[in-house]
Amino acid sequence: MSGVLPTPAPVPTPESEEFWAATAQGKLLLRRCDDCQTPIWYPRGFCPVCGSFRTSWSEASGRGVVYTFTVVHRSGVPGYREALPYVVAYVELEEGPRLLTNIVECEPDDVEVGMAVRVVFFDTGKGSALYRFAPAPS
Amino acid sequence: MTIRGKASIAGVYEHPRREIPDRSTSQIHAEVAAGALADAGLSLRDVDAYFCDSSAGFGPISMADYLGLHCVHVDSTETGGSSYVVHVGHAAEAIAAGKCSVALITMAGRPRSAAAGRRGGELTPDMEFEGLWGMAGAVTGYALAATRHMHEFGTTSAQLAEVKVAASLHAQHNPNAYLPHPVTVEEVLESPMISAPLRRQDCCVVTDGGGALVVVSPEVARQLGRTTAKILGHGEAVKHAENGRLDVTHTGAVVSGPRAFEEAGVTPADIDYVSIYDSFTITVIETLEDLGFCAKGDGGRFVLDGALVAPDGRLPFNTDGGGLCNNHPSNRGGITKVIEAVRQLRGEAHPAVQVADCALALAHGTGGSIGSRMGSSTLILGREDA
Repeated sequence: MSGVLPTPAPVPTPESEEFWAATAQGKLLLRRCDDCQTPIWYPRGFCPVCGSFRTSWSEASGRGVVYTFTVVHRSGVPGYREALPYVVAYVELEEGPRLLTNIVECEPDDVEVGMAVRVVFFDTGKGSALYRFAPAPS
Repeated sequence: MTIRGKASIAGVYEHPRREIPDRSTSQIHAEVAAGALADAGLSLRDVDAYFCDSSAGFGPISMADYLGLHCVHVDSTETGGSSYVVHVGHAAEAIAAGKCSVALITMAGRPRSAAAGRRGGELTPDMEFEGLWGMAGAVTGYALAATRHMHEFGTTSAQLAEVKVAASLHAQHNPNAYLPHPVTVEEVLESPMISAPLRRQDCCVVTDGGGALVVVSPEVARQLGRTTAKILGHGEAVKHAENGRLDVTHTGAVVSGPRAFEEAGVTPADIDYVSIYDSFTITVIETLEDLGFCAKGDGGRFVLDGALVAPDGRLPFNTDGGGLCNNHPSNRGGITKVIEAVRQLRGEAHPAVQVADCALALAHGTGGSIGSRMGSSTLILGREDA
């Protein structure tokens, strides 16, 4: 069983302040293009698909599947190196984007590509929370 | 070749604001890009070359990713305040050479509104969302690629190990190799797990060092008493996260490779020797597929039966021992790839690994991470009589 993962706080920019503030409220936001409607990831005030600057926030479902993952056995990252082994993964949200994250609340060896997961939040204590994913009841 | 009359400046844009506390630096890059392209009557879709300084995150990789650009020519020459003048010159050269047709140059910064440092105190735009999850160096990202490649194509750890074994067989002949001893598949599979499925022996060495190249004109080359290698073709690309729809099972070589082959007028079947960037064993598997040496997904099977082992394998690779065993100076192994390819074309590789009648060689470089965003560059070289 892996240890408790750390909760390093992000450093928001003017472009991401609302995203991180929402995580503290238990909400995972996606920036969405007002012109072509494409969900944008990572969050930015610009649509890399159609070039529009007209974008706005919408709340994601928080549901997805594991696209790929790795069980990290060696790490020098402060906080994480005390929690080995842990899982780094890309989760594909229902809305399309693939997010880098951790898989938690299960044994690392039980993680599989295609596994259904749901978002869970870990408060950083600094006005934000980290979005991680846990196995979802099928 | 001259750039005189070969290129023009079609659009310009100066950001109207002088204090910008409400934007990230990346946003400012995007705004000036849109402004200059609008001035020219072009769109981001028209851009095939991108130029920025080194403060724009991870060179052009970060901003191509942010902007969604698909470029076949990039340049982040850093000469301080003169950088953008240099970029204009380089853009003209590239256009004159037929490498690209629409070159975008951007610059941005926020010294009044953000703390001093890289990007005006800001991280690259992706790091805010990707730097929080315990990525333990490059290996974590490449492991993400390996897991998915295994899932989609049935690639195995033993197949990855064959890449390391071939490199080690070559390294035993290189007295300067950091790891000069041959290893077996079993030894690779028994090495400690670092970031599953990648083990220690799937990873390149970490070494100090460096290298250099001298490129000369044909006129100069003729005057030299030294065998030269002809540059026959080149391709480059940034392959990024595609607005979060990234596919980690391929690399930017899917773009850079065909462009290099087309320019050189040759095909993968014509190549006698390859230097393939080998930061990790999976890097080699994906790159061989993407360059067309085998079908997509067949890389793991392609490397079996000593296919990569010089001098008699089907596709001898990295005869210096590569990054996996010989050298990966400053975590940037591209120059060593070109150096060994030139040795092969000159017939100056170690006799035990010299490819007979080596007339065409390919050197391929990889930068960044195949697990997120990366640069790819393919170079095809020919023997002097090629």
